[in-house]
Amino acid sequence: MKQLLLFGLLIIGYQAFAQKYVTKNGKIRFYSEAPAENIEAINNQVNCALDAETGNLVYKVLIKSFVFEKALMQEHFNENYMESDKFPNATFSGNLVDKASINYTKNGAYTCKIKGVMTIHGVSKDIEEEGTFTVEGKSVSGHSVFMVKLADYNIKIPGTVVDNISETIEVTVDVKLDELVK
Amino acid sequence: MKHFLLNVSVALLCALNLQAQDDLFDLFGEEETIDYATASFKATRIVLGQSVENPKNGNLNFMIQHQFGDFNTGAYEVWGLDQASIRLGFEYGVNDWIGVGLGRSSYNKTFDGYTKIRMIRQSKGKKVFPVTISYFGGMYYNSLKWEDPERDNYESSRLSYCNQILIARKFSDRLTLQISPGFIHRNLVATEEIEHDVFTLPVAGRVKLSQRISLNVEYYFIFPGYTADNFEPALNVGFDIETGGHVFQVYISNARGMQEPYFIAENTGKWEEGQIHLAFNLYRTFVLKRPKTFTE
Repeated sequence: MKQLLLFGLLIIGYQAFAQKYVTKNGKIRFYSEAPAENIEAINNQVNCALDAETGNLVYKVLIKSFVFEKALMQEHFNENYMESDKFPNATFSGNLVDKASINYTKNGAYTCKIKGVMTIHGVSKDIEEEGTFTVEGKSVSGHSVFMVKLADYNIKIPGTVVDNISETIEVTVDVKLDELVK
Repeated sequence: MKHFLLNVSVALLCALNLQAQDDLFDLFGEEETIDYATASFKATRIVLGQSVENPKNGNLNFMIQHQFGDFNTGAYEVWGLDQASIRLGFEYGVNDWIGVGLGRSSYNKTFDGYTKIRMIRQSKGKKVFPVTISYFGGMYYNSLKWEDPERDNYESSRLSYCNQILIARKFSDRLTLQISPGFIHRNLVATEEIEHDVFTLPVAGRVKLSQRISLNVEYYFIFPGYTADNFEPALNVGFDIETGGHVFQVYISNARGMQEPYFIAENTGKWEEGQIHLAFNLYRTFVLKRPKTFTE
């Protein structure tokens, strides 16, 4: 009986400590402002997970899930720019720089730097950006806006459409992570 | 019993600990999805003939098709540039798999209406299917003045039809091939020996030369018969050029007309005699129905 109790306590203690938050329908939107045309795309099927204990934060984004207003643009995006048959996913794997800055037991908004490796179009790059984490009950919402330079990820814009696509695009990330129930 | 429980709890804790160190990526699971082949062709037409591509859902394509005169007409006609026939058309993607179109061509003053229905898509992953199959059905109304107004002329005599099954396979990013078995039916033909129905087997393909330029070729094999003996199979060679918002197709062809009954079954142009011409298709796309993600 003692052992059972011990076992139970251990499990409870363990779970309280090893909180993980996850979502499969996070949202990433990107926006490019260019003289000829503004381009916007939305992906509502973003995978994101956060480990409160270690401060690990990962993203996995299926490139083909980005939806454009113009289907032709979406086709070009997948076929010509992202080559999504060859590189189906974009990923981020990193850490909260100061994992103690978020108090998961207290509702509120916390700002935290995130550092890690972002892989887009098969090219990995170290990045450091700032994000806001909002704790609300058993969920954590993450929000971040940052710029991505296309050339950094070897995404080439042909001369003929240089006026249509800007060299840097604005990426907005909005994820609402729910506590992982084991 | 005690030992058993202890062992179990130790084992479980070990398992949990291992899991804690597991990659967070594993939480997403690996759901296998159906991966459809997209962009088998750049446009709804390979050159003159239909490709398996439909206008995108909720998109309206405005098309300008233009054929110059034959090269062998010489300097007087600036090798064909002085002459031209044109087809203006609209096509709309009703949903992901039904496309409809309307158009009119100055060649034989003919109106056309058509529908293209994608029945099955090439896919891999969770569902594997090797080809994309579509049905194309077109109806053509020739509005030329009656040759002989004195005789009994029927409105139905102006009509002709095209039915095709389009079967395409995207072999790689660069290469797509298509066959489009089908037939042309004409309600009225000029003489008794001319067939009402002409059976054809068009073969076509595209090779991408760069990210935005592809080489397209199509050949219209006609099954043996009067038409095969007296008319020429169309051979069209062209390039797709993408320029952001629209697709431009420029090609050389021996076939007159931009509607199936003419370029498939009534073509007399011979490549070897220089009865070929320069032509182009231009597509401009308008989004009439925004994707759900944008309207929510």
